[in-house]
Amino acid sequence: MSLISETDLGLAEYGAAPVDFLALLKPRVMSLVVFTAVAGLLLAPVPLNPVLGFISILAIAIGAGASGALNMWYDADIDRLMARTATRPVPSGRMTGNEALAFGLVLSCFSVMTLGLAANWLAAGLLAFTILYYVVVYTMWLKRKTPQNIVIGGAAGALPPMVGYAAATGSLSLSSLVLFAIIFVWTPPHFWSLALVKSADYGRAGVPMAPNVWGPDATRKQILAYAILLAPLGMAPWLLGFAGPAYGLVSALGGIGMICGCFMVYRNREGDRAKKIAMRNFGFSILYLFALFAVLVAERIVAISTGALI
Amino acid sequence: MPTDLVQPVIKLTPEQEKRRRQRNIAIALAVGALVVIFYAITVVKLGPNVFLRPE
Repeated sequence: MSLISETDLGLAEYGAAPVDFLALLKPRVMSLVVFTAVAGLLLAPVPLNPVLGFISILAIAIGAGASGALNMWYDADIDRLMARTATRPVPSGRMTGNEALAFGLVLSCFSVMTLGLAANWLAAGLLAFTILYYVVVYTMWLKRKTPQNIVIGGAAGALPPMVGYAAATGSLSLSSLVLFAIIFVWTPPHFWSLALVKSADYGRAGVPMAPNVWGPDATRKQILAYAILLAPLGMAPWLLGFAGPAYGLVSALGGIGMICGCFMVYRNREGDRAKKIAMRNFGFSILYLFALFAVLVAERIVAISTGALI
Repeated sequence: MPTDLVQPVIKLTPEQEKRRRQRNIAIALAVGALVVIFYAITVVKLGPNVFLRPE
């Protein structure tokens, strides 16, 4: 007889493969974080050494992944109830919650320390704040309490460009704040378009998403309102002069597209057609944000390589 | 030795052993990557000063 059982040691689930640990990092979210952080880094007036720049972006990406792992540790109980998340490593039983917790904590510490050593401690502090904000403020506090969860929690997803900019310069600026604002205002129409389709899932898990609490019609009104705010904000980098004409054109066309898409969501409220349109708007919102940052990055690379930027 | 004092040995299935090996390799790669990263940071930050020796 042993005093410790197999389950105490976590050996019953002794079988998580490296790919399961990789899934904890939410690779798709991570790719958007990398992209926006690179934009923030390239926006800096002083170029960062490319090796240090690469290590900084890697640290920011791992930090974002760590917050994903901690989110999956805390949310395993509700993830289990939703079709979209039930196959994640912890709710599916491929890994214990404690493994996800330890993995998330270790990566958080290493990513913050590495960013501090490679870049500076303002950037590292901002990264630590981002992780804490996502895990404590969003995951543990707001997510299960209020339909404003993703609005306020969206700040965590909006911070990477500021971290990237701070890594290069050791300071904050209006330009990095504008990038923060764009992602912050983009999050609600993006997420609520998905929530309109998946509201039954969220309802089953007891997560108070906007369509479940305010009702789908009130949510549609909010989606449209945010899109109207987002379109001019998306053009702000061009209007303020830190992005070129290509960005101006793409952000104007994209902004019109976002308003049209959200208006379609607002108008079509019944049946499968409404769901299809909401899902299409969700997809378009990703394309919109991706396009804005892609053009911003491309313009900077061209400017740097042609020597237009010192 | 009385048999009830012998600790039960946990036998891993071949599949579990395979995953443990994969995890070990992943940890080795991560530690190796950290060594390279910290070496690179040191070289880039110190630059030519790395050759300066105290008198």
